[in-house]
Amino acid sequence: MESRKVMGKPFKRLDGPLKSTGRAKYTSDLNLKGMLFAVYLTSPYAHARITSIDTSAAEKTPGVKSVYVISPAGTEIQWFGREVAAVAATSEEIARDAVRKIKVDYEVMPHLVKEADLSKAGSKGKAAGEKIVGDPDKAIQEAEVVSEGTYGIPMADHVCLEPHGCVIQWQGDQVQAWPSTQFVTGWAGSIAPNLKVPAANVKVKMDYIGGGFGSKFSPGAWAEVGAILSQKAGGAPVKIYLDRATEMAIAGHRPSDYGKIKIAGKKDGTITTFQADSWGSGGFPGGPQPPLPYCYANIPNQRINFVSIVTNQAGSQAWRAPNNQQASYLTCSAFEDFAAKANLDPLDVFLKNADYAPARPGPDHYRWQLQKAAELAEWKKLWKPRDQKSGTVRRGLGLGINLWQGGGHSCTARTTIHPDGSVLLEMATQDLGTGTRTVMVQVAAETLGLQIGQIKLVIGDNSLPPGGASGGSTTVGGVSSATRKSTMNALAKLFEVAAPSLGAQPDELEAVDGHIRVKGSPNKSMTWVAACKKIPPGEGKISETGANDQRNPMGLNSAGAGGAQIADVTVDMETGLVKINRFVAVQDCGLVVNPRLAESQIYGAIIMGISTALYEERIFDEQTGRMLNQDMEFYKLAGIKDIGDIVVHVDIRPENDKRGVIGLGEPPAVGICAAVGNAVANAIGVRVPNIPMSPMNVLNALEGRNA
Amino acid sequence: MSSKKDSELAKPAKTRFSRRGFLGGMGVGTGALGTGLLEREGEAAPAPANVSGPGAVPITLNINGKPMKLTVEPRVTLLDALRNHLDLTGAKRVCDRGACGACTVILNGKTVYSCDVLAIDAQGKDIQTIEGLGANNPVSAAFFNHDAQQCGYCTPGFVMACKGFLDHHPNPTMEDVKHGLGGNLCRCGTYMGVRQAVLEASKNMKGAKNG
Repeated sequence: MESRKVMGKPFKRLDGPLKSTGRAKYTSDLNLKGMLFAVYLTSPYAHARITSIDTSAAEKTPGVKSVYVISPAGTEIQWFGREVAAVAATSEEIARDAVRKIKVDYEVMPHLVKEADLSKAGSKGKAAGEKIVGDPDKAIQEAEVVSEGTYGIPMADHVCLEPHGCVIQWQGDQVQAWPSTQFVTGWAGSIAPNLKVPAANVKVKMDYIGGGFGSKFSPGAWAEVGAILSQKAGGAPVKIYLDRATEMAIAGHRPSDYGKIKIAGKKDGTITTFQADSWGSGGFPGGPQPPLPYCYANIPNQRINFVSIVTNQAGSQAWRAPNNQQASYLTCSAFEDFAAKANLDPLDVFLKNADYAPARPGPDHYRWQLQKAAELAEWKKLWKPRDQKSGTVRRGLGLGINLWQGGGHSCTARTTIHPDGSVLLEMATQDLGTGTRTVMVQVAAETLGLQIGQIKLVIGDNSLPPGGASGGSTTVGGVSSATRKSTMNALAKLFEVAAPSLGAQPDELEAVDGHIRVKGSPNKSMTWVAACKKIPPGEGKISETGANDQRNPMGLNSAGAGGAQIADVTVDMETGLVKINRFVAVQDCGLVVNPRLAESQIYGAIIMGISTALYEERIFDEQTGRMLNQDMEFYKLAGIKDIGDIVVHVDIRPENDKRGVIGLGEPPAVGICAAVGNAVANAIGVRVPNIPMSPMNVLNALEGRNA
Repeated sequence: MSSKKDSELAKPAKTRFSRRGFLGGMGVGTGALGTGLLEREGEAAPAPANVSGPGAVPITLNINGKPMKLTVEPRVTLLDALRNHLDLTGAKRVCDRGACGACTVILNGKTVYSCDVLAIDAQGKDIQTIEGLGANNPVSAAFFNHDAQQCGYCTPGFVMACKGFLDHHPNPTMEDVKHGLGGNLCRCGTYMGVRQAVLEASKNMKGAKNG
C-alpha cells in the first residue's frame, strides 16, 4: 500500500476543468443540424380511460414534422403524468403550441395516490408471506423490555439535474443515440428489440451525464418515442428530454415504507426479538419489501409482515442503495426507541448487538466504526438521555448504520501502447461524476510506472470494449480491475519486446518511474519511450484487453462495506425547525484508489441523505390525483447552508486495503435518515414517526398528533 | 431551505429593494407615479407603440463583449436563446422556474436566472456567460482545486454565481459564502467543495481586473 505512487493519491478529477469551465458537453446540450425538438402531452389524471384523441390540428401546424400517439383511444391511464402523445417540431415553442392543440377526452376513474394509511388500500394491497424466525411470541412474553413504535419514510424523487431523455436519430435500420444514461454498453440491446433493428446497428455515445442516482439504467420509454418521431420525420435527429414537471412525476422515485416495529429484549440492552408490520408503494408496480431487520439481521426471534400497495403513480426506479434507506430508517429508529425505553445509551445498544451484523464486513468492523464515529461526534461529551433536555432550542445526537455489497461489475478494458510511448485506455463505460475516469487512469499509470498525464482515456462510446452499468456501487471495482488486467497484459507484451535490449527475460522486468528495468538491477534500464520504440513496425502497436468477471474478481475487488453515521442536530421546539450542526460519517470501502474523490462521494451521499431527511417528499393530492410539487420550489433540495458541518472519515487501513476495491456510491447514502431521525427524537424527547423531519412533522409529534 | 431570497440578502445595500423605500415613495408628492422608484420604472418602460412579436423578431444580444444576432419569439427566455439558438450550452436548463440556479448568468453585473429573463429584455445589456470566463479563470480553477464538481451539471451556474457574488463581495467570510451562494442547488452534493472554492477564488481574484 505504501509503495504506490499514483493509486491511493488524491489527484484532482481529470474532467474537473471541462466541467468547471462549462465546456463539458452533455447529450442535452447537443444541437445537431436539422435537429427537431420533442414535447410531450401527458395525462392530468391519475386513473382514466382515453375515449378519443385528435392530433389533426397539431399535425397541420407549420414546423411540426412528426406526431406520435403513445396512448391511443381505449388506453387506460394508470398514473398521473402518463405520456399520451409527443410532437417533434423545428423549435420547442412550435412543439409546445402544437401539443396544446391536441384534443383528448378522458373518462376519469377512481384512483389511489396516498399509501401511508393502510386502511385505505383495500384491494390494492397485497400481503407478502409472513416470515418467522425462532419464537417471537414467547420471546416477547419473556422479555424484560418491550418497545413499540411507528415509523415512515415517504417516496422521494431522484431529482437528477439533467432530465431523462436523449438525442436520437433513426434512419432505415441505423440508429444513432446520445442518451443520458448510466449504462452506455447496455443501451443498444435494450432498445433494439422495441425498434426491431439489429442491436449492432445502434450506436451510442455519451461523454457526460448530469446525474443518475439509479434512475437511468434503461433507455426509458422516451428513447423509443424519440426514435419513432425521428423515423416519422424522415430520419431527422430528435431531441427528447422530459421537462421538469414531467421528470418529477414519472422519471422514477424511491419507494415508501411505513411500519409498526416492536423490539423486545433484556434490561442490559440485548435485543432478542424484532417484529415488523410494514407496507409501502413504488407506484403502479407496487412496493418492494425492504430487508428487515436491517444489517443486524441475525436477531434470533423475528416476525416480518409486509403489504405491497399499488397506487396510481408512475413506477419507482432504483434509488441510491435501493430499499436500504427505508430498512435502515425503520430498524435504527426502532433500536433507538428500545434504548430509550430501557434507559440505555443507544450507542451501547448498537455495540452490544453488533454480533447480529453479517460476517462480511463483520461485527468487529461495525464496533470499530461505531466507536470511531462516536469519537468524531464527541458522543460521550454531547449525548444526553431524552429526559434531560430543556429549553426552547434543544440539541440531540442520533445513530444510523450502513451496509452495502458493492464489488466489481463485469467489464473489459483495452490498453494500447504506441511506439512513441503514448498510451490509450478505452472502455464503453460512463462517469456519473463519481470519478470513474480518474480512477481508471490512476490504475493504468500506476501499473505502467507512468504519470497520469501520459494516459489518454476514452469512454462513453458503445463501439469500445464493453463496460458495465454504473449501479450497485460496482463501477470502481469493475473498471479498476479490468484496467489493471488490460494494462498488465499490454505491459507483458512490452516486456517481451524490450527484454532482449536489457539482456534479461521478460519476467525479470518491471516498470517504475518512467523506465523499464531489470528487477534488482536498477542500472539495467531504459526509458519508457525507448522501450516502446522496440515495438516491431510490422505490429504497429501493442493492444491488449483485460476483463473483470464479477463472479471471480481474483482479489482485486470484493463486496461488503459497512459504515456508521451520527447526526448532531438542534431543534426549535416552537417552530419545529431542525438544524444540522454536524454530521459524522465513518465509511469503509476497501482499497481506496483516490481518497479525494472518495471523500467527495461520501459528502455527496450524505448531503443527498440530509436533503431527504429534512425536506423531501413527493406530495400527491387525493382529491385530484395530481402531484402537487412537480417542481424545485416545493420539492425542496438542501442548499449550501442547510447541511451543517460534515466530518468524513474514510476507513483507509491496511486490513481494508487488502479487501480490494469495493465501491462507494451507495454505502454512505444509507443511514442518514436514521441518524437524523434519531437525533431529533433524542433532542425533543418524542419520536417523530415520519421522514422528512419537517417543521410540520416535528410539531405534530410534539403535540401528540398523528401526521 | 435556501432560496432566491438568500442571494437578495447578499446584494449590496444600494441595490437592495427596500419595502420602506417603496412605501415611502407611495405617499409623497402629487401621486405615486410622480416619485421615486415607480417614476424611474415608468421612464425605463418602452413606449406603448413599440410591440414585439408574437412571431420571431431579430434581436442582438451583447454576450461576453460580442454582439450576437439571432431571431427569436419574444417568449423565448435568455436561457433558451443561449442554449438552443446560439449553442452556448454552459448555462443549463434544470427547473426552468427560477428555483435552482443552474441557468445563472451575469446581466449588467448582476447574477440572474436566465430562465427568468426574456431574450428580448436582455438586449442592450452586458451578458456574461461561463463561455466568456476563459479556460484558466480563477473561479473555475478554484472549483477544480476543491473538487467542487461531480456530475458537473450545476457547476456552470455555481461558477457564474460565485463570480457574480465575489464581484460584489470580494472579502467574504464563510457565513457570507453560505448566504451568497444559496441560490444554487446541487444534487450530487458538492457544497463542501464549493464553500472552499469560493473562498479560494476570493483570494485569487483580489486586485485582479474583472475577467
